[in-house]
Amino acid sequence: MTGDGDPASGALQAWVVARQGAFELDVAVTAVPGEVLAVLGPNGAGKSTLLRTLAGLVPLADGQVRLSDRVLDDVPAGIRTAPEHRGIGLVFQDYLLFPHLTALDNVAYGLRARGVRRTAARQSARRWLDRVGLAGHASSRPRQLSGGEAQRVALARALVLRPHLLLLDEPLAALDAGTRLSLRTDLRRHLTSYGGPAIVVTHDAVEAMVLADRLMVLEHGRIVQEGAPAEVARHPRTDYVASLVGVNLYRGTARDGRVALDGGGTLVAAEHATTGPVYVALRPSAVALHRQPPTPGSPRNTWTGTVSGLEAVGDRVRVAVTGSPPAFADITPAAAADLGLVAADQVWMTVKASELVVYPITGDGGDDEGAAEPDHGRPTT
Amino acid sequence: MTGPRGPDRLSSELRQARRAATPWPLAAPAVLAVAFLLLPLAGLLVRAPWRSLGSLVGDPLVREALRLSLLSASLATALSLLVGVPLAWVLARTRLPGRPLLRALVTLPLVLPPVVGGVALLLALGRRGIVGQYLDAWFGITIPFTTTAVVLAETFVAMPFLVITVEGALRAADVRYEEASASLGASRWTTFRRVTLPLVAPSVTAGAVLCWARALGEFGATITFAGNFPGTTQTMPIAVYIALETDPDAAIALSLVLLVVSITILTALRDRIVRSGPVG
Repeated sequence: MTGDGDPASGALQAWVVARQGAFELDVAVTAVPGEVLAVLGPNGAGKSTLLRTLAGLVPLADGQVRLSDRVLDDVPAGIRTAPEHRGIGLVFQDYLLFPHLTALDNVAYGLRARGVRRTAARQSARRWLDRVGLAGHASSRPRQLSGGEAQRVALARALVLRPHLLLLDEPLAALDAGTRLSLRTDLRRHLTSYGGPAIVVTHDAVEAMVLADRLMVLEHGRIVQEGAPAEVARHPRTDYVASLVGVNLYRGTARDGRVALDGGGTLVAAEHATTGPVYVALRPSAVALHRQPPTPGSPRNTWTGTVSGLEAVGDRVRVAVTGSPPAFADITPAAAADLGLVAADQVWMTVKASELVVYPITGDGGDDEGAAEPDHGRPTT
Repeated sequence: MTGPRGPDRLSSELRQARRAATPWPLAAPAVLAVAFLLLPLAGLLVRAPWRSLGSLVGDPLVREALRLSLLSASLATALSLLVGVPLAWVLARTRLPGRPLLRALVTLPLVLPPVVGGVALLLALGRRGIVGQYLDAWFGITIPFTTTAVVLAETFVAMPFLVITVEGALRAADVRYEEASASLGASRWTTFRRVTLPLVAPSVTAGAVLCWARALGEFGATITFAGNFPGTTQTMPIAVYIALETDPDAAIALSLVLLVVSITILTALRDRIVRSGPVG
C-alpha cells in the first residue's frame, strides 16, 4: 500500500490567501503533473508561507485548494483538510529527519503511520534509500549523515508515500557549494521520475532555472512575474527579478525606436515596433566602457557617468556606474586593468542598439497581475 | 557505580576548573553551601550505631517499611506518568482558556505544606469527604489509612515535579518535527507517541526521577492522610520519625538505609540520563 492512486493523475489548482499580522499572501497557483514550478522571491515574500499553506500547516484566510479531483480546502464552503489527510509531501529546508530514528525508519515512518506492517514498510523504505543512493546508510542516525545525505533521506521519506503534490522548501540551501551542484542534478532527475506536480521554493535563480519548468516570482505576498525560465530571464519585470537574472532594467516610453527613460536619459533601440510604456533590459556584458569620449561610430548609445564601485562576478569585473541612466557593466579583468578604474573616475559607456531588449509594460504573455510597483528606471543587477 | 565515564567526566571537570579560577565572592559561599549540606550527613555517619546496624536493618519492621516506601513511590511515579505527561502536553500545546490558572493549580502542591495537602486529601477522599462519602456509600471503598492513600498522597505532592519538567521540555521542543510527522500522514496521536514523546524522553525520565525521589521522601501528606500503620502505611520517613521518639539508634540506622537506597538508585538513573542525553 503506497498512497491512494497515481501522483501523475491530477493537477494542483489553488487560490491561497493567508495572513500573518500585517502580511498578506494572496496568490493563485497551478501545477500540472510532471511539472516543476519554482517559486522565487526575496526573504519575507511569502514563499514558505505558500508552501505551509498548501501543506495545511497554516490555515487559509480565504481561497480554495484543489488537488487532482479532491477539494482539500474551500474557505467559503467551510472545507478544510488536516495536513495528515492531504497526501502532500513536504521536504523542509533543514530536512527535520526524526533524530531518534534510523535513516531507514525515517523513510518508513509515513508508511508505518498509515498502518503498513513493519516488514513491508521497511522493504519499501530500503528500495527508496537505494534509489537515492544511500543503501549503505540504512541504519545510520540523522546526526551521522552529511547534509547531502540527510537531504536525500528527506526526499526519499516524502517520495515513498507517492504524494499527489511534492513541496520542497529551499531543498539545497543548507548544503555547501560542491554538494549543491551534484545534488541539483540528482534532484531534477528524481522530480522528473516522480511524475506528479512539484513546487520548489528557492531564492537561487540558477537553481530555479535548472530545476523548474516554470517560474513564479513572489514579492510582498503577490505574484509579480510568472513564466518559462528563459522568458523571465529575458523579460524581467521588477528590480528583484532583474537582479536575480543579472540584467539592467529600465522603464520608459518608447516612440520610433527611441526610449525616453523615466529616470532620465534616452536609449536608442534597434526595434521600432513598440510604442508606449516599455521596459528595457540590458545585459551588463553588452555595456562597453571607455576612459575617453569614444569617436562617434556604430554603437548608437553613448553616455557618460561616474564609477561608483567594482566587484568580481565570476570571471568578470562588474562596474557600477552612476549616470543618466546608471548601469552595471561587466568587463574582463584585463580590460579593468587596462582602464585602471577606481571609484569616482569618469567613464563613457557605449551600447549597440541591437543589445537593448524592449518590451511593453502591459501584456507580453507574462502574467502582469500584481506588478503594481515596478522599478523607476533604476538599474538593478 | 558510575561506570567508565566517571573518570572521564572528572578529569574534564578538573581541566575546566583549572582554566577558570573561581572568584572568591563565589568560592567562599559555595564552600559554605557544601559544608552546610554535608554536615548533617556527617552527623548521621558519625553517630551511626555501626555495631548493631546489621540487626537493626535486618528487622522485619524495617524491611517492611522499606518495601512499602519503594513500592508506593514507584506506584506514585507510574500514576504521575500516566496522567502527568498528558497534562504537561495540554499545558504546553493547547490554547485552553483557563491555562494560566490551571498551571498555578498544578504547581500549588509545590508550595503547599504537605500536611495541608494531607488535610485537603482527607476532606476530599476521606470517609466523610466530598467524594469519599460516595465512594464509601456506593462502592464501599474507603481510601484513608490504606496503602492506596499512601500512593495518592505521594502522587499529590510529587506529580508537579514531573509535569513541570515535561512541560518545559515540550515548550522547548521544535514543533516542526510534529509538522513533518503530520505531512507524512501521521495522526496527532501517532505523532505524539512516535515523535513528540521520544524527543522529550530524557526530560520525562528526569521528571520521573525527581517525582520518585520526592515521593520516597514524602512524610507530611502521607502521615495525615494515610496514618502510621506498620505494613500498610508506615513508610521509611514515618518509621524514622516514630523511631526517633523511642529508639534513636534505630532512627539513625533507618535514615542510613534510606540514604543509601536513594543515592544508589538516583546515581544509576542519572547515569542513564546523562548517557542517553538530550536528543537533537
